[in-house]
Amino acid sequence: MWKWLHPYAKTQNAYQLCERLLPWFVVSAFISFTLGMVWGLLFAPSDYQQGDSFRIIYIHVPSAILSMGAYSAMAISAFIGLVWQVRTAFMAMIALAPIGAVVTFIALFTGAAWGKPMWGTWWVWDARLTSELILLFLYLGVISLYASFEDKQQAGKAAGVMAIVGVVNLPIIHFSVEWWNTLHQGASITKFDKPSVAPDMLWPLLISILGLALVMAAIFIRRLQNEILRRELHRPWVQALVAEAKGK
Amino acid sequence: MYIKGPNGAGKTSLLRVLTGLVSPDEGAVLFEEQNIIKSREQYHQQLLYFGHALGVNRSLNALENLRFWCAQHGVEHNDAEIYEVLALLGLVGLEDVTVSHLSAGQQRRVALARFWLQTAARVWILDEPFTALDVQGIALLNNRIVAHLKQGGCVVMTSHQALDVDYPTKELQLEYRI
Amino acid sequence: MSMALKAVFERDLALAYRQRSELMQPMMFFILVISLFPLGIGPNPETLQKVGPGVIWVAAILSSLLGMERLFKDDYNDGSLEQIMLSATPLPLVVLVKVLAHWLTSIVPLLLLSPLLALFLNLTEPMYWALLSTLLLGTPLLSLVGAIAVGLTLGLNRGGVLLALLLLPVFIPLLIFATAAVEAASLQLPYSAQLAIIGAMLLISLALAPFAIAYALRVSQN
Repeated sequence: MWKWLHPYAKTQNAYQLCERLLPWFVVSAFISFTLGMVWGLLFAPSDYQQGDSFRIIYIHVPSAILSMGAYSAMAISAFIGLVWQVRTAFMAMIALAPIGAVVTFIALFTGAAWGKPMWGTWWVWDARLTSELILLFLYLGVISLYASFEDKQQAGKAAGVMAIVGVVNLPIIHFSVEWWNTLHQGASITKFDKPSVAPDMLWPLLISILGLALVMAAIFIRRLQNEILRRELHRPWVQALVAEAKGK
Repeated sequence: MYIKGPNGAGKTSLLRVLTGLVSPDEGAVLFEEQNIIKSREQYHQQLLYFGHALGVNRSLNALENLRFWCAQHGVEHNDAEIYEVLALLGLVGLEDVTVSHLSAGQQRRVALARFWLQTAARVWILDEPFTALDVQGIALLNNRIVAHLKQGGCVVMTSHQALDVDYPTKELQLEYRI
Repeated sequence: MSMALKAVFERDLALAYRQRSELMQPMMFFILVISLFPLGIGPNPETLQKVGPGVIWVAAILSSLLGMERLFKDDYNDGSLEQIMLSATPLPLVVLVKVLAHWLTSIVPLLLLSPLLALFLNLTEPMYWALLSTLLLGTPLLSLVGAIAVGLTLGLNRGGVLLALLLLPVFIPLLIFATAAVEAASLQLPYSAQLAIIGAMLLISLALAPFAIAYALRVSQN
């Protein structure tokens, strides 16, 4: 694994790998995301209790799952960066952070929008929404720490430590918020039951998750490339690339 | 070893890499054939670093600062020795004055007292040690450096002043490059 | 080595004593914030008792953040930190001692004020004992985890607000468990489970935080 990964610690190799992977990701993301959205939002059967308003789960659930996933991925790349001193890993981390933050925001927004027909109010301190809100704060913390440093190499390391602190904390936050919620459960709040999802709802949901994941991956690859270029601007290989692009 | 070069050439950065405070982007610093990042503790026992920041707390007095420094660096010391060194550096009567009340040159002398107290360190790394010192202070430090070299010690230093030590030195010229 | 650690401890205590007026400020902030609440939500004793534990804990977190920067800032600026890092004493241990000294000098005074505040907010006696035990277990956790973020923001000129942004979300679980313990006490229920969880978090951070802080300090030297 390490032998295979090692060459990509060099930014130039990572850049070229991204260049090769990007088209595949863009195409598959486009197909699966469109399929998931169209199937989920237009053709999947509507819920017998909630009617069509439940269809927002085809956006809410994927973004909620992937917001956590992106944070873990961020922490993993921070860890790789800190332990093996891989600079590209820090770039990957910071390329992921805004994507994760946006997806977290989408999850929050759709959650609130779903809450309106469900609970009759835009916001309730539901356990999952609260966790999601705290996750957004964690993302913003990492991003603003990174942005505060002039020296981006130092910034990467600092933000990396914070990402790892956050990921250690994430399960504790999740657990504590769940627990706090059951403790304070008011009369107006009803938690979602977790009924077994019918297969004709499950399939479009799974495809939506995959689709969003691929979309995020494609954006991530592009952002990573940009980050590499921005940081390595002085290197000859980047200069050559720029010259080539200008020539066209 | 005497490191020269214009502002921004990387003298301080080089010294900080040599101390192990900053890890190099590429390459490694070896001391007795061991990477200093790996054998940090053995290396730091042999090292004395004097940087731009003095490492002297302004709310404490000279004596307290040096006592703390000695204890921190495992240097055997007693107050009599510290008084003696401070006297040598022309700080008689100022031992128990809070450092913030001392002049810039006097504060430097407090920090420089380490070079007389710590005798075990073989590697000295000095970043602009002569700044803000008067003629007499420069002479004192120069003599101390030569004495250290004669005992077989090693000194790596930067200075904007011409170096005037009675000992063969190597020079390294750094240039400013974008 | 133990001599070096003892020297760090004594020095930090001496420094705290010299700068005691600076240490007073977070304490005054603590009292002030808490006195704002009765003024803001009315002096009804039952309401105050209900929000009391949460208010005290939020105020404790905020005021501990205020004094947090002191932990390394001076040493960073005057170069003492460099010298400490260049000594043969393992940095995680030095850092642990510094956090301990900081906790004793800046946080323990807040704990000493807590009976007064319990009185202000009309807490019952069992509630007060629960509050005190959560503060005793929880505030070292604040210092340990806070020190990581202090180390990370050392190189920045304006680290103060950023420090709060980084730390407040991380402290949420502590807030939840601590206030839950006090609430349980107000209902005459056992609260040892909440204390045990806070204790577990404290032990984990005691084991891991010194290394994270040491790493953060090394990053600050770049």
